[in-house]
Amino acid sequence: MNSLILSTAARILLPILVLFAIYVLWRGHNEPGGGFIGGLVAATALALLEKAQGLVAAQRVLKVEPLAIAATGLGCAIAAGIWGALAKGYVLAGVWPLLSVGPDGSKEGLPVGSILLFDTGVFLVVVGGVSAMLFALEAAALEVIDQPPDTAGTESDGTDSTGTDSAGTGPAASDHGRPEGDGANQEAG
Amino acid sequence: MTDATDVPVSIRPLAPMAGEGVDAASAVRHVPPPSWMGRPISKLIEREPRLVPALAYLPAAVAGLAFLWFCTMIGAVARGDVLVWRRPWIEEIGVETSFLVDGLGLMFALLVTGIGALIFTYAAGYFDGDPRRARILTLLSLFAIAMLGLVLADDVVTLFLFWEGTTITSFLLVGFDYQKAYARRAALQALLVTGLGGLALLGGLVILGEAMGSYRLSEWNAAGQAVKESGVYGWVLALVLLGAFTKSAQFPFHFWLPGAMAAPTPVSAYLHSATMVKAGVYLLMRLMPSLGGTEAWFWILTAVGAVTMLIGSIWALRQSDLKQMLAHTTVMGLGTLVMFLGGGTEKAVLGASLFLLVHALYKASLFLMVGCLDKKAGTREVDQLAGLGRAMPITAAAAALAALSMAGAPPFVGFLGKEVMYEGAFAVVTEPALVTAAAYVANAMMVAVALIVAVGPFHFRAQASPKATPVDPPWTLLAGPVALAGLGLLLGLFAPLTGELFTVPVAAAILGRPVDYHLYLWHGINPAFVLSLATFALGYLFWRGATAFRNGLSRAEERGLGSADLGYDKALVLVESTARRVTGSLQNGSLPFYMRITFTAFAAVIWGAVALSDGGRLVATPDIPLVNYATLLVIVVGAVVVILTRSRLTAICALGAIGTGISIVFVLYGAIDVAMTQLMIEILVVVFLAIAVLRLPRTPQRMGFRVGDAGVSAMLGLGTTVVLISVLATPLDMQLTEYFQEKSAPVAFGRNIVNVILVDFRALDTLGEIAVIAIAAVGAVAALTAGRGGLAAQRRHPVVERSDER
Repeated sequence: MNSLILSTAARILLPILVLFAIYVLWRGHNEPGGGFIGGLVAATALALLEKAQGLVAAQRVLKVEPLAIAATGLGCAIAAGIWGALAKGYVLAGVWPLLSVGPDGSKEGLPVGSILLFDTGVFLVVVGGVSAMLFALEAAALEVIDQPPDTAGTESDGTDSTGTDSAGTGPAASDHGRPEGDGANQEAG
Repeated sequence: MTDATDVPVSIRPLAPMAGEGVDAASAVRHVPPPSWMGRPISKLIEREPRLVPALAYLPAAVAGLAFLWFCTMIGAVARGDVLVWRRPWIEEIGVETSFLVDGLGLMFALLVTGIGALIFTYAAGYFDGDPRRARILTLLSLFAIAMLGLVLADDVVTLFLFWEGTTITSFLLVGFDYQKAYARRAALQALLVTGLGGLALLGGLVILGEAMGSYRLSEWNAAGQAVKESGVYGWVLALVLLGAFTKSAQFPFHFWLPGAMAAPTPVSAYLHSATMVKAGVYLLMRLMPSLGGTEAWFWILTAVGAVTMLIGSIWALRQSDLKQMLAHTTVMGLGTLVMFLGGGTEKAVLGASLFLLVHALYKASLFLMVGCLDKKAGTREVDQLAGLGRAMPITAAAAALAALSMAGAPPFVGFLGKEVMYEGAFAVVTEPALVTAAAYVANAMMVAVALIVAVGPFHFRAQASPKATPVDPPWTLLAGPVALAGLGLLLGLFAPLTGELFTVPVAAAILGRPVDYHLYLWHGINPAFVLSLATFALGYLFWRGATAFRNGLSRAEERGLGSADLGYDKALVLVESTARRVTGSLQNGSLPFYMRITFTAFAAVIWGAVALSDGGRLVATPDIPLVNYATLLVIVVGAVVVILTRSRLTAICALGAIGTGISIVFVLYGAIDVAMTQLMIEILVVVFLAIAVLRLPRTPQRMGFRVGDAGVSAMLGLGTTVVLISVLATPLDMQLTEYFQEKSAPVAFGRNIVNVILVDFRALDTLGEIAVIAIAAVGAVAALTAGRGGLAAQRRHPVVERSDER
């Protein structure tokens, strides 16, 4: 999909969407929203980027392995649970260290604590999980068309030859990647 | 004595199977097998831990101490005391850990710990210098714990857990030589037979527990009459008997026990003679006050026991391998016990109680003796052993003592056992003549087997054995057989004490009432004594004719005499082929087929629920605002387009339109969170479907109207509609909603109830859900990258790109 309009729009929309996703996560406790929806918004943003600029570009923007994000999220949620267990005596109990409640029920301070950490964990799991599946599906779909089966065999032997790899991904990127990034890639190869 | 060559099985098996071979070949091969499948396993075998020598005798020491501890209870239990230990475990469902020591439990506990201590010593010596010694001692100890828990448990759930524990440890022990195909087969066979029996037993116990409202064995037994009068008695009896018969190798499940002789000798001596196979008998004894005393009980137990007993004794004479021969006599012994439990009278139960002890002592002793022969003379084949009495005097003496008890010669405890058994046989409630005849023939066979085992290899002929210089094994191997055989003599000599301390308390516990009986060595010349003498005569004749008998049986076997083992094989083949057929027809790889099956089943469930319900009221809600009709129009148009379009892209977009319409419905009814989620999901689903479906090859199939699929869709859609309408007509219980509305802000500091429920009130559920998402993502990524270099190659792409750019 080499649409210049979409590609440009995606570049502008991405930060806005991610900010919006974090906003949805943040407001979730009091207004409609939350980690799950926020995570889906962020995943949609990544999907938009991936469709507009290609898999390689999306992976580069994300910088880390999507499954690592999901794992981090799961870790955050478990950490929130342990935090509750340590502070309140039972797992996943809500802890708000910056919040004090008066005798009349009035609240003072920032409602930030284990619950937000937990919701952030949900957010990260959804972003990571969905984009991991999306990227893997896209890579598999590209493979069906572009990659000859022999290349897979040489890679899986574990003989780490960077030359083979960039040669293998070169054609894949030229079809679906961003035009500029693609050119740079081929010059280097 | 650390000659590793003596170890009967090779130690270093399939190590070169996957490990080194692949490393060398992987450069050439296209797809090497995953490194985690095989290499570490073979590494594990090589790296089995070796024990500090003294540590090898620790299990024996612990078992010995436990034995002494149980010995201190003998006096109290013989006076009729019952020691109980209870502790709540899962109180919500009324499960407790409770143990109870009465005559029966104590008898078994003494056997498990006492014989256990001797067997552990024996095993430590038997596997001296073998790297697998740690493993066998660990497994044996685990088994001993399970068996001890089983015989002392008073809570049914506790009992069942330990019951299964013995099944699993037995599986591991039978399959100890897992590199050998026959050991694997025997282990699986034992597991399948006893495991299936265990399932039946669980069913029976739960049915009875629910019917009685209690899960305590002692309470069941106290209310024995109520159990027998309850409507579930027949089912419970059938299921419990199935469990007991499979475990104790009763006909027609007797075949697994001789197969289990694939286990090393200490295991056979412990599990398959003295303890585990008696678990089924123990259960029958334990439940006799609840389940016993009916016609069904008498006849089933008598018939099954008698048939098992005869089959066991006939096939024992067929064997030429001493261990196999003993295994078949164990089948015979178990049959005897079951038959006498079916006898019903006090005398019959006394016979069973005494024979339990007699059998455990001589059988374990003989098994261990055969292990000594195997190790030091080189074989267990009776034809290859002769005249070893001079070279292995202590072994020969132990064999003689144990065999005398087995044959029932005075003054051994076996003699007492036989006398009491004959007295019991005269007094059974079923058919005294038949039971006596069966017992007579089986006892005569015992005499013959005793002669074969104790005379053949040791006396009267010139010395012959595969090993040139047979000698007595070290003390660790001799302690067990000598102690057990000697005990057989001692208990016989002190007959009144044996009766008072062991036989009578056991019988009283089985019957659930006090028993007045005195055991004497000399009962005078009575019918039982005369029958004893006749038994020796017939046994001697059997012994003389044993070789001819064996040849005759093996000829019959060659002519294709059916056996239960063949039946087991056929059943297994049948199960496998049925499974293959079912899987082949249900999992045929066609996605439309899967969806048809799934949705048809779903529709059937819905309409089944509708048909079974008492007719939910269909209430029409009249005031639907116009905007709802507009939304409905979007959804309907989307659905029609999906059905009619020939373009995949159009169909996917139309699906997205349907989903968007549904999310508008959510907005209209105030479920903003759900609407947002739905909308996001719709967008992502369209993206995913577009990637996947658009790249599928074009199918030549016409995308036309299919009557069957339309029918399934219509049934599902209509069914869901009907169910939802009737759900709406039911008044909603708002209790939970009110609770959350009230508590959400003050307790959890959040006003969005949905989110507060998700991340605070029910956070554990959410944690489970996100774990599922993460696992699903890992699974999807693994499936999609399979065969393409895996994650490592995937991960390398962006890194390579970046480094190229700079």
